[in-house]
Amino acid sequence: MLKCIARRLVLMIVVVLGVTMMTFSIMHLAPGDPAEMIAIAKYGMEDLTQEDIERIRKAEGLDAPVYVQYAKWLSHTARGDFGRSLITGEPVLEEIWYRFPATLKLALAAMMVSLFIAVPVGIISALRQYSLIDYLSMTGALIGVCMPNFWLGLLLILLFSVYLGLFPVCGYGGLRHIVLPALTLGTGMAAIVTRLTRSSMLEVLKQDYITTARAKGLSEKKIITDHALKNAFIPVITVIGLQFGHLLEGTVIVETIFAWPGVGKLLVDSIFARDFALIQGCVLIFAVIFVIVNLLVDISYVYLDPKIRYEKEH
Amino acid sequence: MAALLSIQKLRTIFYTEKGRVKAADDINLDIAEGKTVGLIGETGCGKSVLGLSILRLLPRNAGIEGKICYKGQDILRLSGEQIRRLRGKEIALIPQSPSTSLNPVLKTGVQITEALQLHQKLAREEAWKAAVEMLQSFNLPDPERRVKEYPHQLSGGMKQRILAAIGMAGKPSLIIADEPTKGLDAIIRIQVVEVLHHLTKKTGATMLLITHDLKVAAGLCDEIAVMYAGEIVEHGPAEEVLGHPRHPYTMGLLASSPNNGLKPIRGCSPSLINLPAGCKFHPRCGKAREICAKKHPPLVTKNGSQVRCIFH
Repeated sequence: MLKCIARRLVLMIVVVLGVTMMTFSIMHLAPGDPAEMIAIAKYGMEDLTQEDIERIRKAEGLDAPVYVQYAKWLSHTARGDFGRSLITGEPVLEEIWYRFPATLKLALAAMMVSLFIAVPVGIISALRQYSLIDYLSMTGALIGVCMPNFWLGLLLILLFSVYLGLFPVCGYGGLRHIVLPALTLGTGMAAIVTRLTRSSMLEVLKQDYITTARAKGLSEKKIITDHALKNAFIPVITVIGLQFGHLLEGTVIVETIFAWPGVGKLLVDSIFARDFALIQGCVLIFAVIFVIVNLLVDISYVYLDPKIRYEKEH
Repeated sequence: MAALLSIQKLRTIFYTEKGRVKAADDINLDIAEGKTVGLIGETGCGKSVLGLSILRLLPRNAGIEGKICYKGQDILRLSGEQIRRLRGKEIALIPQSPSTSLNPVLKTGVQITEALQLHQKLAREEAWKAAVEMLQSFNLPDPERRVKEYPHQLSGGMKQRILAAIGMAGKPSLIIADEPTKGLDAIIRIQVVEVLHHLTKKTGATMLLITHDLKVAAGLCDEIAVMYAGEIVEHGPAEEVLGHPRHPYTMGLLASSPNNGLKPIRGCSPSLINLPAGCKFHPRCGKAREICAKKHPPLVTKNGSQVRCIFH
């Protein structure tokens, strides 16, 4: 078990390296001169001189080839030095750390929204297959899957903020502020998890061991809770782990729509400003979280599925 | 003696997209207390469906008509809650395919003890002790260890014994053993037969043994009913049916068994959606005449046995 986790941690490093390398190269392929963008951000359009731009290019090492820049960034990062924002001059780690709680709050709220709705609805749909509630929830799930975040966010703002005035249009603050962004972010995941819970549950209820449990004379409630759920959750947990990645991806859009001061918004802002150090930092954080969540999912299998016990018993 | 279970005019139909599947048609079968009745026939002849009909464990697209009287009450008229109280406690199932009939994520001990706790009202520790004792009596090696393991850690024969223990946990009056030896190799089959023999002969339990294994049936059964395409075609004392078969299908079955020369019955068993007219066996029967294709023969009783053939 420990050996397995260690092996996965090594793989994690490879994945994270790959991700940072990709973003680094893509950022340098993007049109526009980064030195000029940074200079504009620092000194403004009006009194910008070519010297200023060249000075920044030299100072930030932007004149070196891309691979040299990446190697430099990597060696600093490996030593725990994430660099400073090219625009504000603040340490990258501090900038991210400052924004991180907002993103975490949003992602967790979205996850709660989707799981607390999706799992029970999925189970009920499976137990009452082809009933009205099943048709309604499956139609809802279909719409939820199809609806892109940015579109759903705007519709929710229009309905709940502009017309009904129930929730603020955007911004960060108390519980009322988080409702709409969390709904926007969680809907897609909720839709997928609902459908999967339903189909997984239906599949499990057809199994021979459920017939065995019925033949024992167990109550229907006990059959569901003791015999069906644990089996049905195995595929659902996998997808929740994968969906968490999409959730992080979604924060980029949702935080931008709702002016939510999280890492996603920070990432978008730093991309527009060509703030390489900050972009790399944000991407690194997202990659690490995603990989850790998936490791946790894999570890949770050990408790769900006794067939997966790794080397523990041998 | 009054029958413990009396099946009367039972008809089980599955409503599928391809049409109505007549899995059991006009079944009449009495099972006397303390007897073991074997239900034999090819795969797909409806024998498992008959077993599951008794416990009302069929999927929702199945329709059951007729009467299944257990100790005088008609099972088909019971409410969901009433039939649930009967399951495991009065009538137990030892299901087929041990590899899929145990819950893969629960320890085998849990699967036995939950039945013990439910039916015998045992406390948790007592139930675990009882489970180990039951498995010991079924000659399962090292039962203390096996109850703490998961199904995938056990062999097919071991799993079959776990299933037998689950079935016996409620001390049922009637056991429905659905192909308990299906897919098991010869050595394990002997072990399972020993367990079943032990169950019936020592505890005096009544059993409906569903099997296609004639050898198993011969060793365990007092009576044998032969099913073909959803119908009982022959029914009588075991020695009679196996020793002097009268229906051509029973003769064919016996001739096809490995000890009797492995001669197959020609053709395939019919689809239960489009059954042949007249005698359902006539397209495969060596003795069939013209009349067999037209007239559906009734089940005729003669010298204590019943046979469904125009020539009897």
